Amino acid sequence: MYKLLLCWRYLRTRYIALASIISVMLGVATMIVVNSVMTGFTREMQGRIHGILSDVVFESHSMEGFHDPERHMQQIRKVAGEYIAGMTPTVVVPAMLVLDVNGQYVTRQISFIGIDEATHDQVSDFSRYLQHPSNRDDLSFELREDGYDQLDHQAGENAIPRERMDVAGWVYRRLKARYQAEREALMAPPAGMPVIAPGEGPPGDSAAPRDTAADNVAAKGPAAEPGTSAGDDEVVGPSTGANPFAAADVEAGKVFDPATEQHTGVVLGFALAAYRLRDGSDRFLALPGDDVKITVPSSGTPPKAVSGEFTIVDFYESKMSEYDANFVFVPIRKLQQMRGMIDPSTGIGNVTSIQIKLHDDANGTKVRDLLRSAFAPQIYSVQTWRDKQGPLLAAAQLETNILNVLLFMIIAVAGFGILATFFMIVVEKTRDIGILKSLGAPSRGILGIFLAYGLSLGIVGSGVGLVLGLVFVAYINDIADALAWFTGQEVFDPTVYYFQEIPTIVEPFTVTWIVVGAMLIAVLASVLPACRAAMLHPVEALRYE
Amino acid sequence: MSNARAFVQSESRVHHGSGPHAAMASSQSANDQTARSVQLAAVALHKRYRKGQVEIPVLRGVDFEVRGGEFVSIIGQSGSGKSTLLHLLGTLDAPDRGEVRFHGERIDDLSSAGRDQLRNQKFGMIFQFYHLLPELSALENVLAPLLIEQSTWGYLLNRRRFVQRAKQLLEMVGLSHRLNHRPRELSGGEMQRAAIARALIAKPEVLLADEPTGNLDTATGEEILRILRTLNDQQNLTIVMVTHDRAIAAQADRTVRLAEGKVAAVD
Ligand SMILES: Nc1ncnc2c1ncn2[C@@H]1O[C@H](COP(=O)(O)OP(=O)(O)O)[C@@H](O)[C@H]1O
Ligand SMILES: [Mg+2]
Repeated sequence: MYKLLLCWRYLRTRYIALASIISVMLGVATMIVVNSVMTGFTREMQGRIHGILSDVVFESHSMEGFHDPERHMQQIRKVAGEYIAGMTPTVVVPAMLVLDVNGQYVTRQISFIGIDEATHDQVSDFSRYLQHPSNRDDLSFELREDGYDQLDHQAGENAIPRERMDVAGWVYRRLKARYQAEREALMAPPAGMPVIAPGEGPPGDSAAPRDTAADNVAAKGPAAEPGTSAGDDEVVGPSTGANPFAAADVEAGKVFDPATEQHTGVVLGFALAAYRLRDGSDRFLALPGDDVKITVPSSGTPPKAVSGEFTIVDFYESKMSEYDANFVFVPIRKLQQMRGMIDPSTGIGNVTSIQIKLHDDANGTKVRDLLRSAFAPQIYSVQTWRDKQGPLLAAAQLETNILNVLLFMIIAVAGFGILATFFMIVVEKTRDIGILKSLGAPSRGILGIFLAYGLSLGIVGSGVGLVLGLVFVAYINDIADALAWFTGQEVFDPTVYYFQEIPTIVEPFTVTWIVVGAMLIAVLASVLPACRAAMLHPVEALRYE
Repeated sequence: MSNARAFVQSESRVHHGSGPHAAMASSQSANDQTARSVQLAAVALHKRYRKGQVEIPVLRGVDFEVRGGEFVSIIGQSGSGKSTLLHLLGTLDAPDRGEVRFHGERIDDLSSAGRDQLRNQKFGMIFQFYHLLPELSALENVLAPLLIEQSTWGYLLNRRRFVQRAKQLLEMVGLSHRLNHRPRELSGGEMQRAAIARALIAKPEVLLADEPTGNLDTATGEEILRILRTLNDQQNLTIVMVTHDRAIAAQADRTVRLAEGKVAAVD
């Protein structure tokens, strides 16, 4: 009883000891904040990666791919059918993308992915990241008339509108075609066979937006490239020979009319077609409705370069810059044709991988191991999405771990602060300890007083730290805004992170560990001084002045 | 203060009415067989302190007895080892050689738990510098020995009774108007009164006092001494009081002189 009473009184009268645990408090608060933010980031990232990659990827080592995906899928189903929710074949090849940006050719290295429109959505959240609402519901590689999102549907309300997306679609394509036809007519008056029917204007639209759009997108200088010829071997239409983009799919006797026709559609990774400015707005290099040229290696040995014209029908924005700057999606059949992957006798195409979606409760690693043992490892590789993104996830984990170690060091340093303060308090209380002993208090009791003292400080310190940390996490975005306003410098720069807000997840398990650890340190730091107090000789203590 | 003085004086009056101090004390002792037997004894006590290479022999064979109900004073020069002897008697320290006996049984070699219990329940101690706990009020200081003795539960159950007893004791020493004051808000005399009340709360058999008046002015010292005197007279409490002041020592039934580490004759 006297232990509690004295412990309480010492706490009440020694606020300096509370000061000594402010460091514990801050340590606990920072650890909670850091862990929440790191978990938030990791989860967000994992979610995105997982949304893009299927649970398990079954692929061939060679770019030739393997024959007859249907049979493979049957076999997979036989091995692990009970865990599988869906499968889709894909062809993935490295490719080169050429964009025409105001007469300048921008070349990008891409992963060209042939997907099966019907089944691809069963295995990943692919369509969730598209920019046209109808495509999100039901993907089509046909260019839409208009209606592409101006507001980023994944970001909050305060996202900066993408005004250029206003015209995207057929509206934009027709405008551009008309502008080009007019320009060509100007350049070469005698050859003047207009490619576009004069009536083809934007439906019910005035001239003003048409001009701005055309100016912005296709402001090619008149001297830009009258004579530039396409670098490929394909036939160039006689009347449109100036522009390589205008004349790809020309069949004999038929002229491709960009105002009414499109090439095969592709979905372009957002970061391939746009980049973000410092103020968070986006600058577009191309829009849905523009044509691009893509070159892929053919499937024979040795591979040859094969080029094709494609029309952008939508953007894919997963907010994982790695993917957004790399992925271009196309109907699988088209890619197989282009690369010569189709067996002419059966009409069945090769694929390079099969994406597998599992049931929610299925264990990906287990399915992976099942498949690995069932298929020859020289030919096939089976990986879970975690395996594929292992290094990235491991790096994030490592970062979290290092931060935790460092922060725990801070708390440990705080522990030494407590140790020092406690020693001082014990010295200060030497006489009291002598008095208590002369009144018959056992050494154990004295020990108890100071241990309880340490524990209470630990509880107070980590308790306040806990509350502080949780409050900070809850209002972290407001705090970031306030700091940005205060210092004039953006704390959380959305151009870097692609997230509009700082993601946080508070894990009760981690928080419990942090709090318990901090309390343990406070107690441990009080053990030594408490032992010293308990060992004091009563007479020495009484004589102490 | 006036209260306290009145209390002590009235006690004295009663006391005077019934006869001289010594007569009453001896008559009481005569009636009570246990009170007459040897209660606390030091047998050939040796104690030395070591300071680096130099050894300071403080006690060199002290033989000394206190009978039940006796009021003994120990005098000696400063540094003669009076406090050391008292600490040995109160089991706060252990002798190098020799024995301390309580009711004929050796207590200096008891386990620390046994000695803790003895100090808590059989001995009451008061000191020159009062030694109250500064964080506790006067009342809480008086209750401290009970707080130590009882478990939390046991204390809470009997709290009312304990507090009542503490208040009674504080009233007896004349401090009922300072129950909730902290030691630093009390005068020296008041602190010593609280210390006496604390020493008595566990109903000890022996009161060990180390220069209880050493830090007080003469008048206040007199009052403290009168309280001790009364306790001895009325409750037959055994008191061993250390002092360097002959006048104070003279108020005890018997005086022992400590010189050169031994008990010497009183001159
Ligand atoms: N811890 C110690 N170390 C060394 N010498 C001590 C210690 N405690 C007491 N002494 C010495 O023992 C002697 C007796 O001390 P004490 O019993 O306090 O004397 P008194 O109470 O009679 O004044 C003194 O000379 C003192 O210096
Ligand atoms: Mg002394």
